[in-house]
Amino acid sequence: MTAMLQLNKVSKTYGSGPAAVHALFEVDLTVERGELVAIMGPSGSGKSSLLTIAGSLEEATEGEVLVDGAALSTMSIAKRAQLRRRSIGFVFQDFNLLSGLTAAENVAMPLELDGTSSRAARIAALAALAQLGTEDCADRFPDELSGGQRQRVAIARAVVGDRGLLLADEPTGALDSVNSEGVMRLLRESCRLGAAGVVVTHEAHLASWADRVVFLRDGHLVDQTGDAPGPESLLTSGTGQPA
Amino acid sequence: MSVRHALLALLSEGPKYGLQLRHEFEARTGEVWPLNVGQVYTTLQRLERDGLIASDGPDNGPQKGYRITAPGHQELVRWLETPMDAAQPPRDELLIKVLVAVQVPGIDVAQLIQVHRRHLVQLMQRYTTVKADAAEDDVALALVVDAELFRLEAAVRWLDSAETRLRAHQPSVPTSTPTPNSVIQAVTRSARGQAVRR
Repeated sequence: MTAMLQLNKVSKTYGSGPAAVHALFEVDLTVERGELVAIMGPSGSGKSSLLTIAGSLEEATEGEVLVDGAALSTMSIAKRAQLRRRSIGFVFQDFNLLSGLTAAENVAMPLELDGTSSRAARIAALAALAQLGTEDCADRFPDELSGGQRQRVAIARAVVGDRGLLLADEPTGALDSVNSEGVMRLLRESCRLGAAGVVVTHEAHLASWADRVVFLRDGHLVDQTGDAPGPESLLTSGTGQPA
Repeated sequence: MSVRHALLALLSEGPKYGLQLRHEFEARTGEVWPLNVGQVYTTLQRLERDGLIASDGPDNGPQKGYRITAPGHQELVRWLETPMDAAQPPRDELLIKVLVAVQVPGIDVAQLIQVHRRHLVQLMQRYTTVKADAAEDDVALALVVDAELFRLEAAVRWLDSAETRLRAHQPSVPTSTPTPNSVIQAVTRSARGQAVRR
């Protein structure tokens, strides 16, 4: 089965000569459908570069990026833009909702930009909002929503239609821990429904919602967690306390 | 956590049987701290001996009923309001390992830190799976799991901070390693000095 996202020896360098900044070095990463991967690392470790390259917002200096089996390097600019509209959903730290559009209009927008009729796009938007439990917010404007509701709308916009790849950059922003957990729960559930997810975070309690955690240091992928073992051993340590 | 005070808290809701107390204790601690029957009844006997609870008869079986007394209520409130002892930190194995590793020739401290970081994050993934698989309204379990997650995350954050500090200031081998106790003593001296100046 084709991986939804595959990075082969991806490097990224900004600038050239003595002023060159090497953001990524020969990073290999594969994310399957149904899998949520978290990228952890300190500031400047290359997390955001990895995400923008995976989302075709930037080009790799070297190496190959494949989304659903298609190499980004062989695509025209127009084709990459189409890929972003149809197959890739982005969730940003600051929501990036358009203030002049209602929640439903924000969610429907990527579909309409891709040629879907307004009616069909609204139906899909309402379904995405309902999936995230925010259908009541459909006709309200972003400034009429709480932080948690805005972020749910942003996630609905990222998953609307048939998006196979979900990319999230510090998606919980300034939300409190319980609302942040809600966002991670939604991202995890979206992946369980068939999307592949990559979430960038520096917070371990958010990364722990992922199936796999990848550690970046100075642009190098230095380590990753194994398959998350089941919770059983935590509850049956036999010591009377959690293991 | 004090089993003694947890049992007092359960009895503050009304009289209960011993077996009932055991089941409710486990349910409200997210079932992550199973109690054995003996532990419950031993604690109940001591509470009764101390006059903090009273029983409804001589029978010691699972159907023996218990109720909290007025001194028991007072003890429960006193315990709830007593701040936890956070002044003296527990001996931190991770801290000691990193402090020692800095001094041992040939040890890649960044790699060592990453090994511990991965272990902690994997443990956090397991706890999060417990929470993710539980019903969203299972508040008791969420509270217990969150406590473990935040404890583990604090260790991960300390490792992140340690790595950054060690990279910024490649340590020369000191003549003596500061220990947690020596740091605490320094903090205490500093606090005393500030109090005197005030």
